Amino acid sequence: MNENNDYNFAFLDEVSKREIRRAIIKAIAIPGYQVPFGSRELPIGRGWGTGGIQITLSIIGPNDVLKVIDQGSDDSVNAVSIKKFVHECTGVEITTDTEKADVIQSRHRIPEEKLTEGQVLVLQVPMPEPLRYVERSELKARKMHADSEYSAAWLLLYEQIMRYGKITMGAAYPVMVDDRYVMSPSPIPRYDTLKLDDADCLYLFGAGREKMIYAVPPHTRVVPLDFEDYKFEIEETEGRACSICGATGVFFDEIFDAESGERYFQCSDSGFCGKNAERNKSNATSNECK
Amino acid sequence: MQQVMNVNELTVRYGDGCVYCIDSDKSLDKNRCPKCKTVWAVRNVSFSLYHSEVLGVVGESGSGKSTLMKTLYFDREATSGQTFLNAYEDGKTNIFSVSSQQQRAIRNNLLGMVYQNPLLGLLMDFSNGGNIAQKLIAAGHRNVSAMQSRTFELLEHMEISVNRVKEPPKNFSGGMQQRVQISKAIANNPPVLLLDEVTTGLDLSVQAKVLDLIRMVQKKFNISIIVVSHDLAVIRMLSDRTIVMLDGQIVEHGFTDQILEDPQHPFTQTLVHSLI
Repeated sequence: MNENNDYNFAFLDEVSKREIRRAIIKAIAIPGYQVPFGSRELPIGRGWGTGGIQITLSIIGPNDVLKVIDQGSDDSVNAVSIKKFVHECTGVEITTDTEKADVIQSRHRIPEEKLTEGQVLVLQVPMPEPLRYVERSELKARKMHADSEYSAAWLLLYEQIMRYGKITMGAAYPVMVDDRYVMSPSPIPRYDTLKLDDADCLYLFGAGREKMIYAVPPHTRVVPLDFEDYKFEIEETEGRACSICGATGVFFDEIFDAESGERYFQCSDSGFCGKNAERNKSNATSNECK
Repeated sequence: MQQVMNVNELTVRYGDGCVYCIDSDKSLDKNRCPKCKTVWAVRNVSFSLYHSEVLGVVGESGSGKSTLMKTLYFDREATSGQTFLNAYEDGKTNIFSVSSQQQRAIRNNLLGMVYQNPLLGLLMDFSNGGNIAQKLIAAGHRNVSAMQSRTFELLEHMEISVNRVKEPPKNFSGGMQQRVQISKAIANNPPVLLLDEVTTGLDLSVQAKVLDLIRMVQKKFNISIIVVSHDLAVIRMLSDRTIVMLDGQIVEHGFTDQILEDPQHPFTQTLVHSLI
């Protein structure tokens, strides 16, 4: 890279990155609050992770290691394309190992391995406004946030109980952040929602199409909304094990084999699954040697 | 009788006003300033509402009746004036001077509103039960079973089958939608209920049923009601006292019988005679 490219490191111009970093700092200062920002044009369509990419490009440094996952997978088209794009315009090291990564950009999952202090998880957000299903007006929704008027968020859950006898929201389960703002944690499964609470890492959320950035700083209280008699529950994982690595108690993808008619489960987090399988293999080999 | 609400010199204007129209002695072109075109939708309106009383507000279209109601329900901002609710800090604090968060709390706990247009009061894609529960949730209730029991109780009062609790109000007729709105408005037993042209657009038999239900609700729950209508038959049937509005100002007030039998102001006389 020549001197000029060094100055404009990571695709975006410095002014853009500065604005996005300011928005990030404000988001960290007010956990759960949606900070508007001027979402830039990128060489991918809006709605394909542009919010996450803009955050990643604004915070990444030449010595950082990047991991990109899409629905838990390191190898999906979206994840590979984003990885290639960021690598080509920054030259940063790419990894599939959660523990090695400094910045992890993700769509729809928080990795299985516990994230540590110093790591940043950037989540791509399609719909940042948790009140949108009830309140269509952005102005009114902003006023509701200002007044902590969150009956609309609870109403959404109540309506599901009315209709189906239980809370059916599978992803983007609304959470109360730092006892102040109700936030949509992006479409992560309910299983991942509890990982937001009192985490060691920093969570950043970017919605490129909706032009919002918000954050959950380390060790912030994050509580899923629920009722006295209908408590928040995560997905059932009991009695299930990964067909590749044998892991239990993790979030699974359910696979249906049309030919055999068999239904089985695999770890949703492919990086974790691969590492686990490798570990099992080397354990088995060392046991054989003994 | 115990006073539950006191409205004092309430004014709502659309526009900045000018030296000419801010001086209240100057005559306006109806409620519009001839100089700066500011609309004085409600001007220096004062009245009191008493416990278990139904207060009627009549006037022609554009006289400021609905603006008055929407302002009392915080849908519109008051330009000046004060309103005191006995149930809020013993009636010592002007409810227009408190924070918007406090105003929401007052609205959710101490006031109920039934709009002329159900689209303003109901979420058409949510169930009837959800619509009623929204008011309970907003007031801080977090027990689903208790909220469902209350919803069923209210629907029964409103003569709506509980089997229809999961249906959205968009499947309902206008009269039924008004009943759901009334259920929602009284869900938290507010001391004051605001009814804005609730029977307008309904056919006569449905009107009569809705009015009967309102009377039943008022008697059963001892709620004080302000009912706005341009229909004197509705006012005659429901209200104990009546105020008559013209061009944003009160031109006459008194007992309903007195106003309807012996109107004093020329506008009220026209209104009453046009009924006959």
